[in-house]
Amino acid sequence: MALDKTEVEKIAHLARLHISESETHEVTTRITDILALIDQMQSVDTNAVEPLAHPLDLVQRLRADKITEEDQRDKLQQLAPASEDGLYLVPKVLD
Amino acid sequence: MEWETVIGLEVHVSLSTKSKLFSGSSTEFGAQPNTQASIFDCALPGTLPVFNEEALRMAVRFGVAIGAEIGKRSVFDRKNYFYPDLPKGYQVTQLDFPTVGKGALTVTLADGSEKIIGVTRAHIEENAGKSLHEEFSGMSGIDLNRAGEPLLEIVSEPEITCAEEAVAYLKKLHTIIRYLDISDAIMAQGSMRCDVNVSIRPKGATELGTRAEIKNINSFRFVEKAIHSEVARQQEILEDGGRIIQETRRYNADKDETSSMRSKEVANDYRYFPEPDLLPVVIDDEYIAAVTAQLPELPDARKARFIEDYSLSNYDAGVLVSSRELAEYYEIVATASGDSKLAANWVSQDLLGLLNKHNWEIADSPIQAVRLATLIARIKDNTISGKIAKTVFESMISDESDVDAIIESKGLKQVTDSGEIEKLVLEVIEKNPAQVQQYKDGKEQVIGFLVGQCMQLSKGKANPAQVNELLREKMQ
Repeated sequence: MALDKTEVEKIAHLARLHISESETHEVTTRITDILALIDQMQSVDTNAVEPLAHPLDLVQRLRADKITEEDQRDKLQQLAPASEDGLYLVPKVLD
Repeated sequence: MEWETVIGLEVHVSLSTKSKLFSGSSTEFGAQPNTQASIFDCALPGTLPVFNEEALRMAVRFGVAIGAEIGKRSVFDRKNYFYPDLPKGYQVTQLDFPTVGKGALTVTLADGSEKIIGVTRAHIEENAGKSLHEEFSGMSGIDLNRAGEPLLEIVSEPEITCAEEAVAYLKKLHTIIRYLDISDAIMAQGSMRCDVNVSIRPKGATELGTRAEIKNINSFRFVEKAIHSEVARQQEILEDGGRIIQETRRYNADKDETSSMRSKEVANDYRYFPEPDLLPVVIDDEYIAAVTAQLPELPDARKARFIEDYSLSNYDAGVLVSSRELAEYYEIVATASGDSKLAANWVSQDLLGLLNKHNWEIADSPIQAVRLATLIARIKDNTISGKIAKTVFESMISDESDVDAIIESKGLKQVTDSGEIEKLVLEVIEKNPAQVQQYKDGKEQVIGFLVGQCMQLSKGKANPAQVNELLREKMQ
């Protein structure tokens, strides 16, 4: 399976990656190579194998419904580029 | 051409746990922005989720209540998209192995008929934060208090055929969730939200038409109106030879129309994959049996019991069990007053009328169940007539004193003294010779008019049964 340039541009947009015009060709070739590897893996007969949700054969531990976290807003907002009235500020998004 | 509508509903319910789905942050409503957003909810590097056992229990509780298959092994997945109120860059949800599988709800429609509507699945997922776009000159403000709160998304089968069925389904879901006490489910506050998938097709066709999804509708009434307006829009497009685009739309209540929304992600490519930070959640039959054993009496069972124990009509029982609080209120009134039918009338008409008029909940009612029961008991023991009781009821809204004290102080006690009633009867007979003659000539129904005259004369205080009896006696 080979990818074309438009598909790579779409994937880059979804992943919020900027790929310059000059890089597009190389990235396309490299992803196509990876897909070839996946094609090879897909040719293996896995009919008798149960799908795996997690590599460890363990079961999720549960947590009691208790409040254990304290308000650390002031500390955390020191890490943020901008905040106001207790809100984190980000470039305007419209939806 | 005749068209038929196909509707599927996705309902998000905010589970009322104390802490978040994967962190120990509080979920208390109304806190200052970001004071309940810990390092986990802000997705700081190195933090890992731990699943809240109460969220699991609540989801299973819902599942067994609707007779659903319970997933003994559920798996969390990442749904990837970029939006500032989702700091991790993905929402943790359940794609292929949800906690709740196929189940069903029975809804009652306006004509009294019942319909079973299938529930495809219900999965556990986390909520996103809130974005505020208005006040920050060129910037958006982000509040992550809501990020990571537990949600149950309940997905119906596309078996709903009109707006009325959609609302009946939603109301039933709401009632069950409130009985189970797993969420406040207040649509206006966002603890219950509804996405509606609507498509139409030529009547009798087997293939589904292209659907539009109307997002985030926040009241039962708007769900109904949004469906009507969306069906009309699609019908117009198709009849003009156009075609429907699969897209997300929003409903504008002021204009009563739906409009296209820009989608969050190009082509909704969420790139799901199993969440590597969480292991599969495994429960056994014993766990399910324990949750089942703790179920409260559910609305359908309670309705059947009300019909059986209190001799109520199907309709009255349906109204009274529509909320857990109302059903509990009614049971107190019925038991304490000793007249279940009279209690049903008073609760479903007078009390509900009063609450609706002021937009009150049962908990806000100025008239407690025991007081209403006393009022009904006074009708039964002939202290007051049903009509006078309405006046007493009005007084009880603002006057907190004893029911008997109100009756006494306003001089509303029914006149049962036969001497006084005789006086009334004789006066009415004297004043209405024509009607009396008609009665004597065999026109039986005139008695109603004469009783009415007596009641008027007594300002409603005479005992109507005694008046009736005495009138007949005197006119013989």
